[in-house]
Amino acid sequence: MRAMILKEFRELRRDRRTMGMLIAMPILLLIVFGYAANFNVDNIPTATLGAQAEQAATLLAEVPKAPFDVTEVDSTGTADDAEEMLQRNEVDVAIVTGGDPVVAYIDGSSLFSAQTAVAAFNRLGDRVQTQVLFNPDLKTSWVMVPAIIGLILTFIGTIITSIGMVKEKQTGTIEQLAVMPIKPSTVILGKIAPYFLLASLDMVLVTVLGMLLFDVPFNGSVAVFALGAGLFLFVVLGLGVFISTISQNVGQAIQTAFFFLLPQILLSGIIFPLEAIPWAVRWISYFLPLTYFTMVSQGVMLRGAPLDSLWFPLLMLTVMAIIVFTGAVLRFRRNLAPGDGRHTKTKAAA
Amino acid sequence: MSVQDLTVRRGHTVALDDVSLETPAGRITAVVGGDGAGKTTLLEALVGLVEPASGTVDTPDRAQIGYMPSGAGSWYDLTVDENIGFVGGSYGVKDLAQRADELLTRADLMHARDRLVGRLSGGMRQKLGFCLAMLHQPELLILDEPSTGVDPVSRVELWRLISETAAAGTAVVMSTTYLDEAERAGWVLVLERGKNLLSGSPDEVVASCPGEVVETDAPVHSELSWRSGEHYREWWPDGAPDGQVPAVLTLEDVSIVASLREGLTS
Repeated sequence: MRAMILKEFRELRRDRRTMGMLIAMPILLLIVFGYAANFNVDNIPTATLGAQAEQAATLLAEVPKAPFDVTEVDSTGTADDAEEMLQRNEVDVAIVTGGDPVVAYIDGSSLFSAQTAVAAFNRLGDRVQTQVLFNPDLKTSWVMVPAIIGLILTFIGTIITSIGMVKEKQTGTIEQLAVMPIKPSTVILGKIAPYFLLASLDMVLVTVLGMLLFDVPFNGSVAVFALGAGLFLFVVLGLGVFISTISQNVGQAIQTAFFFLLPQILLSGIIFPLEAIPWAVRWISYFLPLTYFTMVSQGVMLRGAPLDSLWFPLLMLTVMAIIVFTGAVLRFRRNLAPGDGRHTKTKAAA
Repeated sequence: MSVQDLTVRRGHTVALDDVSLETPAGRITAVVGGDGAGKTTLLEALVGLVEPASGTVDTPDRAQIGYMPSGAGSWYDLTVDENIGFVGGSYGVKDLAQRADELLTRADLMHARDRLVGRLSGGMRQKLGFCLAMLHQPELLILDEPSTGVDPVSRVELWRLISETAAAGTAVVMSTTYLDEAERAGWVLVLERGKNLLSGSPDEVVASCPGEVVETDAPVHSELSWRSGEHYREWWPDGAPDGQVPAVLTLEDVSIVASLREGLTS
């Protein structure tokens, strides 16, 4: 018995990934749930528009414990401007003054902000009429489906791809591929293309199913959505390839992929709204590709956000795709062509 | 195929130290040695999987080399035929169907064409690995421990395939841990800790044995003797005393002597 326990501890000590899970995972979960698990949004980016925009802004600032953070005041703004600001995600609430009653336009695609805003305006009584756009019934499924599409792509991209790649290593066929007269780039592209295709098909399937089953709208441009999804796929496939280069077998690959998946599930804004996560943890969110894909998918599907309003998440996905994909492919290439790719090597004796 | 003064480093260890080898067409060279002797490193250097630190490796073009890694290098989730289709396609083999029939018949795998490789026995998998490496009729065939873990019958079949291939003019370099197998090769290279311990034809290697080896039931120096069948063999570096029976040497005896000698000098 004692020998068995000792052996188990010795093995565990040398299995860095499992040790990492044992130590890092509880800490990560504690921090995330302790700090980030917060559904209460207390500073909703808000714009005040119309003739009494200034007064409205002052009034909002004076209301005790009001969740609004007035970031824009435009005395010439109209209801159309308000709608456009919400569509472009410049603010989550736009209050249009000058009419009777005052109308507060609320972005329903920012679910938690919208719920908080509606509750706050209801406390004010009849003075403000609320109008929720893009998700009028504040349905959770409408917000979740675009995010889940990203989660599914992450799952396929990282876990399935890394398993497929690492299998060649585990069975020793990667050496066979390396000595065959196939260019390393052909091997890599040939290995990745099927996963790219399968993930794309899955994405279409989940999007269409989400729309049919939950009535989730698709208000924006398919091309913009496809652009965001394509870039995101490159990032997650790159992660999968990268994981395969640092794993020796399928078990290790799955374990490592889990390290990449968990923070994305918890911190990309799918479960807890980004605005509610304190900066001590939130900065991690901005290194996660799923954070940006969710911005694009929710923006396009729910708000019909135009391309130029999504430049930031698209740019971030592009940068990540270039860095992660290129880095991973270069690492994988080293497995295939340790030398200079030529077969006959001649080196002068030292 | 020739290797001159090849040195390969793996991290801080020297995996191969100044090894030379030449294998003309039609010859089987057996690379022999214990675990960690550098056999796989030498073969990997031949196919370009590891970079030499110094020395030269001169081999035919990549398309003219057939390589069977120690894991047999076949895809477990594909059938025998699908494996052949993939490898044959990658090498651009003409008349693939005919070539596949010919090889699979020789390897006695025709009945297993539709079976998943993962479901084949170890011996069948090794034979398939050989077929895959031979599919494009390479000038140089490199086999990493093709008979390790293979049952005796499959071993004989595998050897028949290898001998036929060499007879047809292919240069074969194979590693093995079985010294009886190495005796059937045209050339033997014995490696120990990356160094070239012995090399030559099996007869030359046996003849090169220094000192004298005797067969005995009561060895005088236990550190210089080893069990062989029902008796012992004992090595006398400076010649055996009178009255001892000289042993009929095998490659195994000679390689044991070589490593004993290496131990004495180092």
